[in-house]
Amino acid sequence: MITNLDMLFVGVGGQGVLTASDIAAQVGLDLGLDAKKSEVHGFAQRGGVVDSHVRWAPAVGSPTCEKGTVDVLMAFELLEAGRWVDWLRPGGMIVVNRQQITPMSVSIANAVYPDEAALLAALRGRASKVVVVDALPLAEEAGNTRTVNTIMLAALSTLLETDAEVWETAILRRVPQRYADVNREAFRLGRAAAG
Amino acid sequence: MKVLLSGNEAIALGAWEAGIQYASAYPGTPSTEILENFARYPGIRAEWASNEKVALDNAVGAAFGGARTLAAMKHVGVNVAADSLMSVSYTGVKGALILVSADDPGCLSSQNEQDNRQYARFGKFPCIDPADSDEARRFVGIAVDVSEQFRTPVMLRTTTRLSHSKSAVEARVPDAREFKPLSPFDREDGLDRTILPEVARRRHPEIEARLNAIAEWSATEGFDCGVNRIEWGETDIGIVTSGITYQYVRELAGHKSILKLGMSYPLPLDRIREFAESVDTLIVVEELDPFIEEQIRAAGIVVAHGKDVIPICGELTLAAVRQGLYEAGLLAAPLEQPAPFEDVTVPRRPPALCPGCPHRAFFYNLRRHKRKAVLAGDIGCYSMGAMPPYEAMDMVISMGASIGMAHGFARAGGQESAIATIGDSTFFHSGMAPLASAVYNRSNIAVAILDNRITAMTGQQQNPGTGITLQGEQGHEIDIAMVCRAMGVTFVEEVNAWDVNAVNKVLRDALAHEDGPAVVVVRGACVFTPHFHLQPKMHVDLAKCVTCGSCFRVGCPAIIKSDEIYPTSGKQKAAVDPLLCTGCTVCMQVCPVQAIGPAEREGSLQEAL
Ligand SMILES: Cc1ncc(C[n+]2csc(CCOP(=O)(O)OP(=O)(O)O)c2C)c(N)n1
Ligand code: SF4
Repeated sequence: MITNLDMLFVGVGGQGVLTASDIAAQVGLDLGLDAKKSEVHGFAQRGGVVDSHVRWAPAVGSPTCEKGTVDVLMAFELLEAGRWVDWLRPGGMIVVNRQQITPMSVSIANAVYPDEAALLAALRGRASKVVVVDALPLAEEAGNTRTVNTIMLAALSTLLETDAEVWETAILRRVPQRYADVNREAFRLGRAAAG
Repeated sequence: MKVLLSGNEAIALGAWEAGIQYASAYPGTPSTEILENFARYPGIRAEWASNEKVALDNAVGAAFGGARTLAAMKHVGVNVAADSLMSVSYTGVKGALILVSADDPGCLSSQNEQDNRQYARFGKFPCIDPADSDEARRFVGIAVDVSEQFRTPVMLRTTTRLSHSKSAVEARVPDAREFKPLSPFDREDGLDRTILPEVARRRHPEIEARLNAIAEWSATEGFDCGVNRIEWGETDIGIVTSGITYQYVRELAGHKSILKLGMSYPLPLDRIREFAESVDTLIVVEELDPFIEEQIRAAGIVVAHGKDVIPICGELTLAAVRQGLYEAGLLAAPLEQPAPFEDVTVPRRPPALCPGCPHRAFFYNLRRHKRKAVLAGDIGCYSMGAMPPYEAMDMVISMGASIGMAHGFARAGGQESAIATIGDSTFFHSGMAPLASAVYNRSNIAVAILDNRITAMTGQQQNPGTGITLQGEQGHEIDIAMVCRAMGVTFVEEVNAWDVNAVNKVLRDALAHEDGPAVVVVRGACVFTPHFHLQPKMHVDLAKCVTCGSCFRVGCPAIIKSDEIYPTSGKQKAAVDPLLCTGCTVCMQVCPVQAIGPAEREGSLQEAL
């Protein structure tokens, strides 16, 4: 039974990071804990970095986590995992989506998108467990590319060994009725991929 | 049952429960969602004003009549409203007047990190700082009571971290107060609404007395109602704190005694003195300025640590407070810095204009005028024109400043040709007065008004140029070109935002125009409005691409590097990311070898979302 959990959700504007973190915070409440979440979305037009903190505890104080103490890093985009991994505590866990979204510093300047194998190896050196999810093709398979965040939450629910139903209910409460079925399917695919 | 509400959602709920009847605001991060949420409650009026001063004046008028009112704005918005704010403190109000100031420590989305508690002292009215969503909701009601009891405006101060974080709030059926039925205007109700010099002179001592009375309230009822409170713990150290900072203090030093001030101005100094005398060492932990600390010290209370250990700049975090408390001797262990991740180089991801953005073709053209003209910019999504690959903005200071700066630079700055760039919402906010001034003084500047049919930067709010009101009604839509013509501008041209050559031509004509200011209205809807329609996505014919780089220079996130190398240059050819492309065709228009063209058909982006 989890009593304290600090999670950091990161990705690129437009990926559904904020909705996913909202749902994760709600799950904390549904599991009988206190929960807070905090996001920075000022400059997050599509294309900017988005980060959102989710904390579960019997009584949460600060709405943000502390660098170097995060239990689970949820990276919705591959290189963002590298940008934020120093927030992870030693022994923390990572769920990372293989999806790559090219930053402008790569397309219009000379920066280079990191090599996937090298990045994943480096992440494994910082975490006790790294779950790699190929969320975009799975979302397509589920029937809508916008279910990437549901796939990621499904992977998280598997990793945390929490009651899947609590997560699924929280997700379905949040998405519009007409997308319920694709999200149910996305949740199933995400759990299968992470399990 | 408990629900998670953001600070802003909680303020909206609290305002409704407290019987606020009328609210007015101008959008600005992190304040925007307060009115967006409040507008959905029944029985109230909520409006977007064209700027913050108008928003406050609207609320003042309603409060003068006896209604309970609220005006919301970001911290720098209070600068715009400050003229009225200082005077309404003198006149006082009849119905409650709550000014919500949303500060932005850390400049997460702002041009500065001014500490607006200073306005409370400057303007001599109280300031209330909640520490989580539950308090945000409850403290609105307390602010209303204080405002009506002391006939004073009250500042309810939030910060980005409070406004945009969610915490649990009890979701009971809201016991909304009865809206006060308004009696007909009573001129003899004793409130002096006309701030003439003789009235101001008479009112000033009364304002000083009011401030003392509120400090007394804070020391007594302020503790009874829980706006201020003491959490006793070990007494070797006592910490005075306020607002969101309390959360960091409680988490790190919850075993010590904590005096939490929900009212950060005026201070209950005698109660603080008593607290200081009950502990061995007093520490003040507050974000930004030493606002509380200086007042406590000035009252002769000994403060062991404050801004000597807590940073004055930037947003406080658990890490910053931990380090400060360690330096103050309260925590045994210093901050442990995790080793920076250096195994792999992670490229920066600067924000960019969205794929399809109507501002793109304009900046692609504007950057070509850099050598001939000075480029004065303004605040909005189009501020990204200052960044690569455009770098087409030489100065930006505050909303509406572009036109005045362009004129001044052209007059006396050493560069006679000047182009001001301003958005539609910013034009109505504070662009009309400087344009009038430029016309009047026979300025020859060029002014580009980027009319994307929305206030985009803050998340797509309606404005006078769109004619839709905050509560979704049809208001009156003001035509920007007509406004400029009515002011006497002789060159007013409208142009399609996505037509690269047309934008270029009209810019050149505007610069050549010599009979007063020339105005170009660049029209094209933001991709997040229903007016924007997805077109067939673009596709690069790799056989034709010669890696000239033209399409990369439009600065679109959907243009990426392909895996194919062009042998002559050794560079990667261009490609289009079909997930991001909206089919706006700007890249197609700039490609000199016609390598880019449409690929397939799609519906509207709104539907896709
Ligand atoms: C005084 C002040 N009020 C509000 C803001 C917040 N703000 C930044 S940009 C902006 C509006 C921009 O709208 P517009 O001019 O239409 O440009 P767009 O973002 O649509 O391109 C606002 C309200 C601010 N920075 N300063
Ligand atoms: S939100 Fe609208 S105006 Fe702003 S960058 Fe995106 S498309 Fe352009």
